[in-house]
Amino acid sequence: MQIFSNTHYDFIKWRWHAIALSALVILAGAGMIVQRGLPLGIDFSGGTIVVFKFQNAVGEDAVRKAIAGVPGEKAVQQYGKLEEHSVLVRLPQPPGIEEGFSLEKDAKALNDAVKAANLGPFQEISREVVGPAIGKDLQRKGLWATLLSILGITAYIALRFRLTFAIGAIAATFHDILVTLAFLVFFGYDLSLNVIAALLTITGYSVNDTIVIFDRVRENMHTMRRDDLEKVVNHSINQTLGRTLITAGTTFLSVLALYLFGGEVLEGFAFTMLVGIISGTYSTIFIAAAVAILMSKRAAGPPAGAAAVAAQAARTGRPPAGKKTATGKVSAR
Amino acid sequence: MKNLKWKLLTIVGVIVFAAAMIYPPVDTPSRKGRISLGLDLKGGVQLVLRVKTDEALQYTSEDAAERLRLALREKNIAGPTITVSASAPTRIAVAGVPQPMDSAFRALADAQPELVAQYARNPAAGGYTFDLKPNVAQILRSQAVAQALQTVERRVNALGVSEPIVAPYGTAGDQILVQLPGVNDPDQVKRLIGTTALLELKIVEAGPAASQEALLQSTGGVAPPEMEVVSGADKTNPGSISYYLVRQVAPVTGRDLSNARASVDENNLPAVGFSMNRAGAIKFGNLTGQNIGKPMAVILDGRVETVATIQGRITDNGQIFGNFTTQDVADMSLMLRSGALPAGLTYLEERTVGPTLGADSIRAGLTASLGGLLLVAIFMLVYYKLSGTNAILSIVLNLLILLAFMSMAGAVMTLPGVAGFILTIGMGVDSNVLIFERIKEELAAGKGPRAAVAAGFDRVFWTIVDTHIASLVAAAFLFQFGTGPIRGFATTLFFGLLSNVFTAVFVSRTLFEFILSRREQPQSLSI
Repeated sequence: MQIFSNTHYDFIKWRWHAIALSALVILAGAGMIVQRGLPLGIDFSGGTIVVFKFQNAVGEDAVRKAIAGVPGEKAVQQYGKLEEHSVLVRLPQPPGIEEGFSLEKDAKALNDAVKAANLGPFQEISREVVGPAIGKDLQRKGLWATLLSILGITAYIALRFRLTFAIGAIAATFHDILVTLAFLVFFGYDLSLNVIAALLTITGYSVNDTIVIFDRVRENMHTMRRDDLEKVVNHSINQTLGRTLITAGTTFLSVLALYLFGGEVLEGFAFTMLVGIISGTYSTIFIAAAVAILMSKRAAGPPAGAAAVAAQAARTGRPPAGKKTATGKVSAR
Repeated sequence: MKNLKWKLLTIVGVIVFAAAMIYPPVDTPSRKGRISLGLDLKGGVQLVLRVKTDEALQYTSEDAAERLRLALREKNIAGPTITVSASAPTRIAVAGVPQPMDSAFRALADAQPELVAQYARNPAAGGYTFDLKPNVAQILRSQAVAQALQTVERRVNALGVSEPIVAPYGTAGDQILVQLPGVNDPDQVKRLIGTTALLELKIVEAGPAASQEALLQSTGGVAPPEMEVVSGADKTNPGSISYYLVRQVAPVTGRDLSNARASVDENNLPAVGFSMNRAGAIKFGNLTGQNIGKPMAVILDGRVETVATIQGRITDNGQIFGNFTTQDVADMSLMLRSGALPAGLTYLEERTVGPTLGADSIRAGLTASLGGLLLVAIFMLVYYKLSGTNAILSIVLNLLILLAFMSMAGAVMTLPGVAGFILTIGMGVDSNVLIFERIKEELAAGKGPRAAVAAGFDRVFWTIVDTHIASLVAAAFLFQFGTGPIRGFATTLFFGLLSNVFTAVFVSRTLFEFILSRREQPQSLSI
C-alpha cells in the first residue's frame, strides 16, 4: 500500500497563504490573551483546587450553591465522566497570603461548606494548594526551560546543517507554540505544568519533523545541482510527504488514545499534544522550509538571489568567478 | 551470516536482561515491585516547605549577643544595651557605650571569637553595629536548610510511612520537598513536620501571675534586661493562662537531650520522659544543683508546658507533664527525639491525591497506552503488511528497554511519565516509518530487497540521529528545570529516545536481515 507517493504538490507556492493563515490564528489567540490575560493554572498563579467525589449524583449547581458563602472567584466544573459524581472547585490565591498554614484556609472552607450543605456522603479525592512563591518560581523556570531548549535545538541544527535552516526550524517551532497557545485559549484550557510539558514536547516533535525534511534537502542538493533551492525544497517535501503524514497520523492516534482514555488529569496535556501535532506537521510542510528559503535569499542578497544566479551559471555551464563550491551550497548560503 | 547470529544473540540478551530488570514489575508478597509509582498514581501527600533561614541567622546573632553581654558583665562594664531585632536578623546593635569605656569595650569585642570571625564591625555614634558577613550568612543559611532536611527526614521516618521522599527542592535553596505515599490526612503530618520543637529548660524568676501586667508590676510594666515573659496553660485552673518571667537564654535546651519517650507521671497520666546526653547532664546538674527549691519551667516552642519545683540535683532524667493526651505525648516525644528544627518551617504547596483517584489514573494510563499501541499496531500491519511486524516488535522491545532503564535508574512512574510512554510509541513508529518509506523508495528505484534494505537503513541513520538528539536536548532541559511530575515525563522521554535509536536502527535492521537471509534469492519484500 502506498499513499502520497510521487506527489508533485507545489507547497512553496502556497507559503504566503500559509503564513497569512497562521498569522490570523496567532493574532486571534494573542487578542484573546490581551483581553483576558494568560490563562495561568494554579501551578503558576497560586490557588486552590479541590475535587469532591460524591456517593450520590450531585450536580455542579448543587456544589456551586453549597459553596456560595466561601469568598473568592470560584470556578466549579464536572470532573471526569458524569457517572463518577465528581466535581472540581478552583479558587485563585487570595491576595496577601504567601505561605504557611493559612494557605489551606480556602480548601478547608470549601470542605466545610460542602459538608454543611448535606449533599450526602463524599470524599475529597484530591487537594492542591499552591502558594504564590512556588508559582512565580515555576513561571520563571518554565520560561527558561522553553527558551533554552529552543536555543539548544537551534545550536544543534546550525551545527549539523546551516544557520538559515536553523532559523527556519525555530520559526516553525515558535509558530507551533503560538498556535497551540491560541487553541488552548480558544478552548479554555489553563496553562498547567502538564500543558507546559506538552508544549516542550511539541518543540522537540516539530523540530524532529523539520529535520527529516532538511536532511532530505541536504541530500538532494547533491543530486539536483542544476535546480534552485525552491525546487529542491519542494521536491524534498514531496518525497517525505508520505512519511510526514503517516508519522503525524500514528502519533496523533496514540495521543488521541491518551485524550480519550487518559482521564481528567491528562486531558489538558493530550489536547495540547493533539493541536501541537497538527500544527507541527503543518508548519513542517509550509513554514519551516519557506522561512529557510526566505532567509537564504536574504543572505544571498537581493534582487536576483544567488540561487537564480547559480542556476543560470549552471545552465550556461560557466560557474561565476570565485565560487568554486557546489552551486547548491552557494545558493543556500 | 556469523555476524547476523551475533546480532540476534545481542538482541535476545538485551531482552533477557531487560526482563530480569523489571521482574517483578509490581509488588508481590515476597518481593518488592521494580517499577515504583509516583504520588499521582499511588495516592499520598506532597508538601513543599520553606525553611525560614532568617530565624536561624537571628538565633546565631542572639547567641553572639548573649556571649557579649556575659563578657561585659564579667568585666563590669555597665551601660551598653545589646539588641538583635527580627527585622534585621544579621545585625547586633550595641548602643550607649560610655565614652571612657570605649576602648575597653573594643578590646572586649575583639576578644569575642564569633564577633571577630563572623561579623563586620561598624562604629557609630555612641555605639557599634556588628553585621554578619554575607558569606557567613550564606553558610549558616545552607546549614540551617541541611539540618532542617535531616530533622524532617527523621520525623518522617519515625512516622512509619513507606518510601517517603525528603529532598531539597527548587532553585531558591531554602525549600524542601516531602512526599508521603499512602498518607491521606495531611494535617497530622503537617503538624508533626512543621513544629519547631525547641525545648528549653529555664528557672522561673518571677510568677506565676494571671496577666502580663501583674507579673511586671514591680518592674514598671517592662521586662528587666535580658528577661522575657513566657506563658502557658494554668494546670490547676483549666482555661486560664499563667505568665512567668524567665531569662531570655536557656541554660539547657533540646540539643542536650539524648532521648525522649512516652511515659506516665506520678498520677499515671501521660507524660514525656527525657534523658540528657553527657554534655547535657553536666549543664542540667549545674542548673538544678544551684537552684534547689526554685521552680523550673519546661518550655516548648516558647510555650510553658510544665513548671516543677527542683527538689534536688538532677543530672540525667526529666519529665514533661501536664494535661496531655496519649497522642500529644507520642507526637511530642517523636519531635524531641528527632531534634529541634534550626528555624521555623512554612508551607508553600500542598497536594493530596486520594488512593481512588490514583487507581483511576493507573487504569486510565494503562488503557490509553494499550489503546495507543493497538491502534498503531493495526495501522502498521495494514500499511506495511509483514514488515509491520518488525516495527511492532521493535516498538514493544523499545517499551521493555525503557521500563528496564527506569527500574535501573530508580526512576518513578508518574502520570506524565505514562504520557512519555505513549509518546515513545509515537517516536518508535516515526523512526520505523522513516526507514520503511525509504526502503520503499529504494525498491521503487529498482533496487533488490537486500540492497534496498541496506540503503534504506544507511541513508536514514543520520536523520534518526539528528532527530533524536534534537529531542534529547528538549528532554534534558525539561529534566533540568522541571519539577516532580515533569521530571517523570522528561525521564521517560529521555530513556525512550535512547532505546529507540537502538531498536529502530539495530533491532529492526537485524530482523529484516534475518528474514532476508532465510531466502536464497529474495525477489520481493512485503512492505
